[in-house]
Amino acid sequence: MELLVAIIIGVLTCCAVFLILRARTFAVMLGLTMLSYAVNLFIFASGGLKMGAGAVLKATADYADPLPQALVLTAIVIGFAMTAFLVVLSIRARADLGNDHVDGKLPVAKNTRQGASS
Amino acid sequence: MNHLIILPIVWPLLVALLTMLPPFDQNLLLRRCLSVGGSAVLLLLSVLLVLQSTDGPAQLYQLGNWPAPFGISLMLDQVSSLMLCLTAILALAASLYASSSEDERGPFFHALLHFQVMGINGAFLTADLFNLFVFFEVLLIASYSLLIHGGGKAKTKAAVHYVILNLVGSALFLFALALIYGASGTLNMLDLGAKVATLSDTQLQLLQAAVALLLVVFGLKAAVMPLHFWLGNAYSAASPAVAALFAIMTKVGIYSLLRVFAMVLQDAGFVASWVFPVLWWTGLVTIVMGVLGVLASEDLRKMASYLVIVSVGSMVAILSLGTPQSVQALLYYLLHSTLATAALFLLADLIANQRGKAGDRLVNGRKVAQPVLLGAAFIVVALSIVGMPPFSGFIGKLLLLQAVPQGSAMLWFWSFLLGSSVLLLIALSRAGSILFWQVSGSDSEARLTGSRRGTALLLLVMASPLLSLFAGPLTAWCQAAAAQLQHIATLSPGAF
Repeated sequence: MELLVAIIIGVLTCCAVFLILRARTFAVMLGLTMLSYAVNLFIFASGGLKMGAGAVLKATADYADPLPQALVLTAIVIGFAMTAFLVVLSIRARADLGNDHVDGKLPVAKNTRQGASS
Repeated sequence: MNHLIILPIVWPLLVALLTMLPPFDQNLLLRRCLSVGGSAVLLLLSVLLVLQSTDGPAQLYQLGNWPAPFGISLMLDQVSSLMLCLTAILALAASLYASSSEDERGPFFHALLHFQVMGINGAFLTADLFNLFVFFEVLLIASYSLLIHGGGKAKTKAAVHYVILNLVGSALFLFALALIYGASGTLNMLDLGAKVATLSDTQLQLLQAAVALLLVVFGLKAAVMPLHFWLGNAYSAASPAVAALFAIMTKVGIYSLLRVFAMVLQDAGFVASWVFPVLWWTGLVTIVMGVLGVLASEDLRKMASYLVIVSVGSMVAILSLGTPQSVQALLYYLLHSTLATAALFLLADLIANQRGKAGDRLVNGRKVAQPVLLGAAFIVVALSIVGMPPFSGFIGKLLLLQAVPQGSAMLWFWSFLLGSSVLLLIALSRAGSILFWQVSGSDSEARLTGSRRGTALLLLVMASPLLSLFAGPLTAWCQAAAAQLQHIATLSPGAF
């Protein structure tokens, strides 16, 4: 199970980095959302992965670490608020600057037609 | 427990909420009074905390009275009380300055300002790494809104970069926190410091990965090369009062570096073997990048932004020495450079207002309407930043130079710091002579500097001569603070 979770987090982070490096605010926003998913899973896993253990305290001594659950809850809330802010800011930037490029201006295309050997 | 410790967080929150409630939400005058009064009370409060922390042991405040490694703790020591005091001075100057006209552009300016102060104070007080993240987010979301306050293309453009970069930074911070928790099982700073020695090799490797991420996060906040590119545009686009308050934001990064590497992890072997060398060299290169930016700046505001980077570079380099003497020098220099650059941001706006279309760009323009007042302020601030006697920059830079041990470190640091000072002298004297002497066209009919703006400027400008006048007791105090910082690291959370 550790391997599976690690792969999931890795793939999510990869996609996130790829999207964040795009030039349009929408893609960047999606990338940041994915990064926050990856980080939330990562925090969740930081307490160690356990199967069939109680959520916090059960009659048995076998229970999952409660602290990462509290941390991840905080991280989700904060990440959500920040993403919401970025959405509004992106819309504002689209209106103010006239395009959705992160630099506020479109790069001047050297060759509008895709060359055969680019 | 001493409940005064949590007040620097609760009080700005209260003031911010009050400014949004009747009767303050409808009446601008009342709102201004509340905001400036609130900042003044905060200043008194932080002076009280400075007095309390002086010569006393560090105090721990357990929120909700949960015992130390489980609950969230706040810690008041001399370093944090100093930072609180500095924040309160900047908040007072910023709220006073903004009260003259800036806050008319939106109803929530004062609320945002106090939310930001709350976040900054929280980051300075907390003794828990996750809590540090939370307060970073509080101060960031307020700073996002403050940055675009007033609107306009330049602000929106700078804000998009600033927000995206900081969101990535926050995600990396969370990765680092999860790694630290996975490796050591704690996020409490004191507890972590006590546990580092008992970690196994595998756990230490995880911790080092986390530390590398923390370096990136704090470096981004502090604007250390190569993570400094956002700063120039963001600070010069922000309105002047906001920029003056932002002068403390890079210091939040420096403070976090100081807390984590000079206090919590000071005994960990890897800090000396690779963290400090990384900080040392990036610090030195940051100085160069900052100076290049200052020389290339086309207006005074941009110049002030790059001056922030120069000071960050010298502070990061000196921090990497990790000795009590270097921490002492760092604290004094931090006080001086924050107040001086904040003053320069306000001054740039005052000068721009009186030069007609030329604004604060370094070109021929109208004669400044109040050459004596603004010129005198400019001379004090510029000399102080360059590091000429008798102002605080001289003493600050002298302390930095003295803190470097003899050998190749001295050769590098002395040549970089002194070389940068010469170049800053050239850049600032060029800027001053263009702004005040290269005049053309009719006399300025611009409005004169009002009493509110004047007082705010005076508050920050006077800091420099005062810092050098009371340099003796201040440096002794900073020395005690540095010694205390080293002492705290040896304590466990139960020792309070």
